[in-house]
Amino acid sequence: MISLKLGFFLALRQVKHSNKATTALIIFVMTLTFLNLVVVRGVLVGLIEGVVKVQKEAYIGDIFVSTPIKKDYIENSPQIISVIESLPWVASYTARYTKGGKIEGTYKDRVNYTEKANEANATIAGINPENENATSHLSSKIIKGQYLTKDDTEYVVLGAYLLKEYFPVESAAFSTMSGVDIGSKVRVTVGGNTKEFTVKGIVKTKVDEVDMRVFMLDTTLRNLIGRTDYNVNEISIIAKPGTDPLFIKNALIKNGAEATAKVQTFEEGMPKFVTDMKNTFAILGNVVGSIGLVVASITIFIVIFVNAITRRKFIGILKGIGISSKAIEIAYVFQSLFYAILGIGIGLLILYGFLVPFIEAHPIKFPFSDGILMAEVGATFLRVFLLALATLIAGYVPARIVVKKNTLDSILGR
Amino acid sequence: MEIIEVKNLKKSFKTGDKELVVLNDISFSIEKGDFFSITGRSGSGKSTMLYQLGLLDHPNSGDIIIDGVNVTSLDHDGRTDFRLRELGYVFQDYALVPDLSAIENAAIPLLMQGLPKTEAYQKAENALQKIGMGERLHNLPNQLSGGEQQRVSIARAIAHDPKIIFADEPTANLDSETADTVMKAFLELNSHGQTIIMVTHEPEYAILTKRAIKLGDGKILADGAPDKIIHL
Repeated sequence: MISLKLGFFLALRQVKHSNKATTALIIFVMTLTFLNLVVVRGVLVGLIEGVVKVQKEAYIGDIFVSTPIKKDYIENSPQIISVIESLPWVASYTARYTKGGKIEGTYKDRVNYTEKANEANATIAGINPENENATSHLSSKIIKGQYLTKDDTEYVVLGAYLLKEYFPVESAAFSTMSGVDIGSKVRVTVGGNTKEFTVKGIVKTKVDEVDMRVFMLDTTLRNLIGRTDYNVNEISIIAKPGTDPLFIKNALIKNGAEATAKVQTFEEGMPKFVTDMKNTFAILGNVVGSIGLVVASITIFIVIFVNAITRRKFIGILKGIGISSKAIEIAYVFQSLFYAILGIGIGLLILYGFLVPFIEAHPIKFPFSDGILMAEVGATFLRVFLLALATLIAGYVPARIVVKKNTLDSILGR
Repeated sequence: MEIIEVKNLKKSFKTGDKELVVLNDISFSIEKGDFFSITGRSGSGKSTMLYQLGLLDHPNSGDIIIDGVNVTSLDHDGRTDFRLRELGYVFQDYALVPDLSAIENAAIPLLMQGLPKTEAYQKAENALQKIGMGERLHNLPNQLSGGEQQRVSIARAIAHDPKIIFADEPTANLDSETADTVMKAFLELNSHGQTIIMVTHEPEYAILTKRAIKLGDGKILADGAPDKIIHL
């Protein structure tokens, strides 16, 4: 206890009288190291978390009921929907009709029929605009024009990836349309029928499954494809806040939904590559962070070692007059912890006071997601602990090396 | 009454294959309240002797008994604790901790002894006032002159009422006027019964002590009143 108190006393005086610029520089290095440890991983994971978030919000929901692989649609959809409507945990749901089709733009201006048509393959989705918006907030993702209303039988909303302007990629297997904008006439061919629509809006969510769709009213699509039985292809369900989506899944299974449909939670319904990428990026972030941790440890080691070696004589004197080695070592450990605590403290302020809210308000625009900064409190404090521990060791080891030297040799500088 | 008894003390250093014997089978004793100087030419083993007596180094053989305790048999922690509680040191180059003020430097052995801060600071202040540094309590070493620093060093050595003060060439780095002040401080302390053992190569200061030994060739060449042996 005495050694601890005296160590703290010595550390305090040493820090107080140290060179201010050097101290500031060391603290700055610690701050950068902390941010490197948390932010690099946070951005990498946040990049994928952005994908996950938007997949959930704009497409899958909390529970995703979809068509079994060997079927064309969910049989007995009306019964399943009535079960969903009866469940107390459901906040909203949207039932979508989908079918592969084709969309052609600027066909009225086409003069040379030897050239390829200005067309794109797309999934044609029939939706109830109100239910869809309550579930996936699709109207908020409209980047041009307007969202559909229940009376828009002659209008479509196009996914941005169907247009060259937003997705300038073209190959033999994949084509986009050019020259199509709000108000343009487009021809949609689905289920052997073709109908002309006017483009009302363009939607961009950065979810391929959504952005490569042509949205129209469910009634319109049903008529086009002759689906009179009201069997849909997918249903996204949002659970009420605080409700475990598993309640909904279990209730649906209990009511026999799995006999005709695939019922998945968001995690189950999310594409596997997204989960794999998330894990890979987390590992990558941890590797980059670990390198930062090693660099910080080396920095502290050098700082403390240089400090201790230049004060070797005084360390010898202190030992000579009876100050315990432990107290001197503790002084250096406190000193390194001082750098770590201040560096981490400033880092935490920057992280939660600026970076997280700033990136939340201005997400990093990646091509496939709006990246957020993932800085969960638990994970952050684990890194705080790791950095403090590394600093403590990096402070203790050089102090121990110098303090262990023969007292008289230290005093005499030999 | 003897405060130090040295029996058959031997200290040698290895330089390559050769063994250099610095102290060879030396025996002597020092009375309590003595002001004892160790003199001799450069390389005669004066400082080596002081380091053995002051428990800063370990002899090859022989015994050192301080106030009834055979300190040569103490382990590392025991020696550290003995130095802390029973001995005081004054070094040639003052050896103050640069980050600590005068009072903090003087209080540090007391804090290590576990005294409450207020008590430690009070004792440190008393020690500083005793050697005329009461006005410079809160100055850092770099704000003090050489003589002042050495007096702070003496205050640190006496603050915890040690049985013996060891002084290694305490006047070597000082001008004659300042050195006189430091010696006056030692004489004053000794007049109140403080045992002091001082290494010096300066005859004018050795002569102020009560007893001196002159070392040479690993042996005690002379032992007695300083004025008798100093010019031998």
